[in-house]
Amino acid sequence: MERKLASRRSFLSLAVVAPLAAWGLSACGTAGPGGGSGGAVAASIWSLTGAPGEVIRKNSIDVFNKANPDNQIKLTLFQNDAFKTKIKTAIGAGEAPTMIYGWGGGGLKTYAKANQVIDLTSWLAENPKVKDRLFPSSFGAATIDGKIYALPNETVAPIIFFYNKEVFAKANVQPPKTWDDLLTLAKTFNGMGIAPISLGGQSRWTSMMWLEYMFDRIGGPQVFNDIFAGKANAWSNPAAIEALTKIQELISANGFIKGFSSITADSNADQALLYTGKAAMMLHGAWTYGSMKNDGGDFVKKGNLGWFNFPTIGSGTGDPKNSIGNPGQYMSISAKATKAEQDTAKKYFATGMLTPAEVTAWIQSGAVPIVTGIDAQLAATDDKDFLGFVYNLAKDAPNFQQSWDQALSPTAAEALLNNIDQLFTKSITPQKFASNMNATLGQ
Amino acid sequence: MTATTSLSALGTGAQSKGKTGSLAWLVLPALALFLLFAIAPLAGVLLLSFANWDGIGSISFAGAANWLRTFADPMMYHALGLTFIIMAVSWLIQTPISLLLGVFSAGSQKYRALLAVLYFLPLLLSSAAIAIAYKSLLDPNFGLAAGLHLPILAQDWLGQPQLALGVVIFVVSWQFIPFHTLIYQGGVRQIPRQLYEAAEIDGAGRFKQFVYITVPQLKYTIITSSTLMVVGALTYFDMIFVLTNGGPGNATRNLALDMYLTGFKANQMGQASVTAVILVALGLGLALLLQRLGGKDKNGSQLEGL
Repeated sequence: MERKLASRRSFLSLAVVAPLAAWGLSACGTAGPGGGSGGAVAASIWSLTGAPGEVIRKNSIDVFNKANPDNQIKLTLFQNDAFKTKIKTAIGAGEAPTMIYGWGGGGLKTYAKANQVIDLTSWLAENPKVKDRLFPSSFGAATIDGKIYALPNETVAPIIFFYNKEVFAKANVQPPKTWDDLLTLAKTFNGMGIAPISLGGQSRWTSMMWLEYMFDRIGGPQVFNDIFAGKANAWSNPAAIEALTKIQELISANGFIKGFSSITADSNADQALLYTGKAAMMLHGAWTYGSMKNDGGDFVKKGNLGWFNFPTIGSGTGDPKNSIGNPGQYMSISAKATKAEQDTAKKYFATGMLTPAEVTAWIQSGAVPIVTGIDAQLAATDDKDFLGFVYNLAKDAPNFQQSWDQALSPTAAEALLNNIDQLFTKSITPQKFASNMNATLGQ
Repeated sequence: MTATTSLSALGTGAQSKGKTGSLAWLVLPALALFLLFAIAPLAGVLLLSFANWDGIGSISFAGAANWLRTFADPMMYHALGLTFIIMAVSWLIQTPISLLLGVFSAGSQKYRALLAVLYFLPLLLSSAAIAIAYKSLLDPNFGLAAGLHLPILAQDWLGQPQLALGVVIFVVSWQFIPFHTLIYQGGVRQIPRQLYEAAEIDGAGRFKQFVYITVPQLKYTIITSSTLMVVGALTYFDMIFVLTNGGPGNATRNLALDMYLTGFKANQMGQASVTAVILVALGLGLALLLQRLGGKDKNGSQLEGL
């Protein structure tokens, strides 16, 4: 799962601004104060377009470049999906930027196995200040075979159950605590002509978030850990089969909005369904808070947006405090970069990333940066209820499961998304899903 | 008379022979580009189909494993079947419509010229733009249905497997009919007027003229247009990728899209290369077949006796 653009309009304006920004920065790199003195070679960094990350990254690099005339960084921005293909091709061709942005997990493992990124374990041990201020849970997805290959940064984005308070008040119901509550609510809302749950099913990873929570609630973190470790027949675990069966029951009970397979998350149509009151609930990433605040008129401001933890399921063994989502974003250093470039990157890691100014900027955008000890700062914002909820959810979760499509290898992830699509359109049974996925274990 | 004709024929023959001999080097730039950008990548893909590569790490020899896996994969047959369904149905829809529109727009009346310009508008749009536009129009909650208050349009267009395939074929046809109309328009304008005049004198009506003169005269145009449609259908990718991404549940995952998803999303370049080789072979085979259908007598004239 990835960060999604805040809105189409902001995307469009950014698409126009991005090349200019890149041009402006490159001009800075050659003509700036660093250009003359010693002819320092600029380290390169690729990042994503889209608010608020783009502006924050750009400002952070501007500040770093001004403070370090001998260590210049050149920023290039790409649109999310284009970036994902581009970075793979660039790394494969040995043309990777010095700093490689990513989401950790399976993708990072591919780079590490091919010796394309450097091992940061000893550097982090020498610089405990860099490591200790970040959420410990964020390092899991950066660690491969006990070695850390990336520095976690930016924000934590758990998956959260949102609901429309106005619609709930009209139906005179409370947020669901259990799976059975959810099924009852589905009936109530269908009776009122309101879709119970909004889902951008065509994007596939949106449907995946449901399974991630259900696997955890029914069987605990061990179910996916076995899958991740490639244990034989791990997808046929009874807990997994139960989750797969239950989701198809919810689909059959019209739990999701009619036509969910036609809806994409890229267009934010799933969020629009929630804030226009056409749907009552939505399971989505924490980043949608910012875009709903932006696009939904006064929906968020008036306090109509509510949120709750994913309900418990029957006698499931998973801790209801467990969470899933993106534990952070990740920055690695290319093994093909020169020593000077690598040193610049490390300096930026240590002094330029998640600075107090950057932390404030992230919080103002409605997100929670992965830095400890920001409780007071979060409590001082307009969005303190939501940010506090996200912060505590991420901090207190006994297990924070990284999104499956990021944790698994790209090969297994693509098979997973493909099978989820078929599961949700009910063209395969839970058993068939499990046997299809068992074939991908260890890939 | 006869002697002069044969003499002049001989003369041109010798002349053209001389020209090809001395000017053969003219072909070199084109040949170099063709080798570099068509033949070399093709050879690379063929080699890669016998290798394992994730696009990032090292390439290792895999033997025939990729080929065996591809031919044992039900997904491949599904994608192949879909490719042929899209090819056949879109041909059946596009050919008659573009033929009729082509004949219509070939007329010299002013209003026809104006309509022709309007018909050709889709040609100006990129596939991705068309797909994004249709995706928004077909959105069941915020699309055309909501805008026009026509609940009948609020179908799950891209969510039901059969409907989604229908939508893909419709959009492909919508996109390419203008292009083929243009080809037919050109073809129709080349048909000599005398044929129609003669037919009118013999009392043939509009319909008979169309069936007995226009269609037979357009034989080679039909073959050209069909070749482009059929071979083009093998590689429909961009529009489907943006519109449905192969979904719902693989209902629109044709061979070209399957190749992309296997190679660039699932990082299995070897297996994707097998699909690519299959696509190339199919494309060449079909193009050859269609040329054969047109008859072996390449020099046979349709204008004999004129």
